[in-house]
Amino acid sequence: MKVGLFVTCLVDLVRPNIGFAALKLLEDAGCEVVVPESQTCCGQPGYNSGARELSKTLARKVLSEFSHCDYVVAPSGSCSGQIKVHAVEDLFKDEPEQAEFRELASRWYELSDFLINVLKVRNLPGMPRDFAGTVTYHDSCSGLRELGIKQQPRALLAQAGCALSEMQDAEKCCGFGGTFSIKLGDISTRMAENKCVNIGVAGADALVGGDLGCLLNIEGRLRRNGDMKTKVFHFAEVAAGMTRSKD
Amino acid sequence: MQVHSMHFKQTASDKLNDAVLQNAMKKAKGKFVDGRALGVAEIDNWEDIRTHAAALRNRVIDHLDAWLLEFERNAIRRGSVVHWAETAEEANAIVLGIAQKNGVKTITKSKSMVTEEIALNDALIGAGISVMETDLGEYILQLAHEPPSHIVAPAVHKSKEQVAELFAAAHHKPRLTDIPAMTREAREQLRSHFLGADMGISGANFIIAETGTTLTVTNEGNADLVTTVPRIHCVVTGIEKVIPTLEDFATLIRLLPRSAIGQSIANYLTLTTGIKAPGESDGPEQMHIVLVDAGRTRLVGSDMKDMLRCIRCGACMNHCPVYQNIGGHAYGWVYPGPMGSVLTPTYVGIENAGDLPNAATFCGECQVVCPVKIPLPDLMRKWRERQFDRKLRPFSERFAIAVWGFFVKRSALYAFASRIGARVAAWLGGRDRLIHSLPGIDGWTRGRDMPAPSGKTFRELYAARKNSK
Repeated sequence: MKVGLFVTCLVDLVRPNIGFAALKLLEDAGCEVVVPESQTCCGQPGYNSGARELSKTLARKVLSEFSHCDYVVAPSGSCSGQIKVHAVEDLFKDEPEQAEFRELASRWYELSDFLINVLKVRNLPGMPRDFAGTVTYHDSCSGLRELGIKQQPRALLAQAGCALSEMQDAEKCCGFGGTFSIKLGDISTRMAENKCVNIGVAGADALVGGDLGCLLNIEGRLRRNGDMKTKVFHFAEVAAGMTRSKD
Repeated sequence: MQVHSMHFKQTASDKLNDAVLQNAMKKAKGKFVDGRALGVAEIDNWEDIRTHAAALRNRVIDHLDAWLLEFERNAIRRGSVVHWAETAEEANAIVLGIAQKNGVKTITKSKSMVTEEIALNDALIGAGISVMETDLGEYILQLAHEPPSHIVAPAVHKSKEQVAELFAAAHHKPRLTDIPAMTREAREQLRSHFLGADMGISGANFIIAETGTTLTVTNEGNADLVTTVPRIHCVVTGIEKVIPTLEDFATLIRLLPRSAIGQSIANYLTLTTGIKAPGESDGPEQMHIVLVDAGRTRLVGSDMKDMLRCIRCGACMNHCPVYQNIGGHAYGWVYPGPMGSVLTPTYVGIENAGDLPNAATFCGECQVVCPVKIPLPDLMRKWRERQFDRKLRPFSERFAIAVWGFFVKRSALYAFASRIGARVAAWLGGRDRLIHSLPGIDGWTRGRDMPAPSGKTFRELYAARKNSK
């Protein structure tokens, strides 16, 4: 089974460790993983800034880069939603290419969804893990509302031996919203602050999520508040036992 | 109403530091969000009803002209006079004309967002007519000389203490802080106005084509007094409010109060059909219905026509994390929250609506709770596309997208640029690997650190790993 890893531009630039964690999880589960070298971005920043044609160009680029894979997997609900939902239902709606994107969408999965629902991973190999503290999980909006990502990452965390302490409003937006976090920074900061308060109340050792954008936003606020203690991980890092990497 | 939407960003930042507002918004969030969840849970086929309601609203919107004419025919048959207003000014002139022709000196009003939209009160008061708002929230705001900050709960931004001050000053009575006592005092104040008004003005939640009925949903019963006591009843409403039958109303009323505030049913459903018939003891001698366009037909047949389905429940703003944190006034016009961010540019022009389509993270909660399934994030994005195409966003933003777009389409150049970017950002992050301040992204770094990259891209590290194997 040939699985193409869509790394995402943020992971590529800021936290390569998440990409390697995803790679490890897929390989441990028996996949042949390929990482097309020419990949850049799903196009969402342009799409949500109104640059429709640019986002169509980038969606086409993704389509061609992953045409040879049985599956495409991304460690992000937001990038996955861009291709699985927005490219199919909006960008190429009623256009000849819509069928091609629909076909791509049928092969495309968010990482936790793929591991739990396609590969049926029930016992992560090589236990115990390098982090098994109490975690609280932030549900990122696109994954949750566009793709139904809710139980999958929690199942992985449970397999990794983590205790989950759910925070209040776990499904509430953290305020990232891509360029929103810069354009309307004060509102975005307040939303991140609300999230930090709920994380504090949950009393977890680490905040875990499935989208790096949200994680950077929340971590940025935690650190600005002087909280250097609460760790921030992508679920892939926890599940792969790769929370201590320097990357 | 005057448009202040271009100041959204600054006003929103101010509202974040307004302690009274913040407290009010916290209370409101609990009431609205938890309330709706309970209300929805009462119904086992909520999603089916939503689907049905969206379809029924679509059917009307697709044949709006036909349903409006059907409504007009039946309204006239019951003795009403139907007026068509293309613009806000026309609508105001029609209502003022009715008042002046009939020697109206005093008017009572029940809550109507369309009359806020067209600034009807200003037009009437400017002509020397006394206008009294009778919805408790609107009454408070009339005393405070403020516009509503919410389409269902107009005074949601005010604290009990602020209302106490307003009442004490306006009623010349000792300051009360017990809410039932304050409500009683307002009721006493309003009573004589209800009984003495020459004309009552109401809005309409729906107008029903098959019967020529106009309909208001309230919790205070004030609409009953406004529509039945005065000798003239004037309804001012938007043309998109028409629905074919009473049965359709039965569907929509299952959704509306539950979505708004979690009520199974509102306290008062006031259906008014025509004038007082011979032998009837109640009802107006004249009933006028002013059907207002004021920009709505621009949506008909457009790629934003879904917005016309809106039944004004307020669930989108109640659940919007942006609205929850800044309240409604920051949006700068009549309609706040996600629905406002779509409607305001439509009605007042995108060049006057500045940041509104951008005032969303696209978290999608609004779309999930909308009782008629309006894809609000998609519609806001369409406005962003128009802003982009017409170069209405600031130069810095357009420049950033252009530069990003140039690189991201070219894999080799992008790989090179991101290598450099990762190194520079890692260096900026220093020992604690946090960027504390960076021009260009100061919107971020004002309130948050930026966790810095590790210095090498995944692409580089992966290539190195492959080569070493």
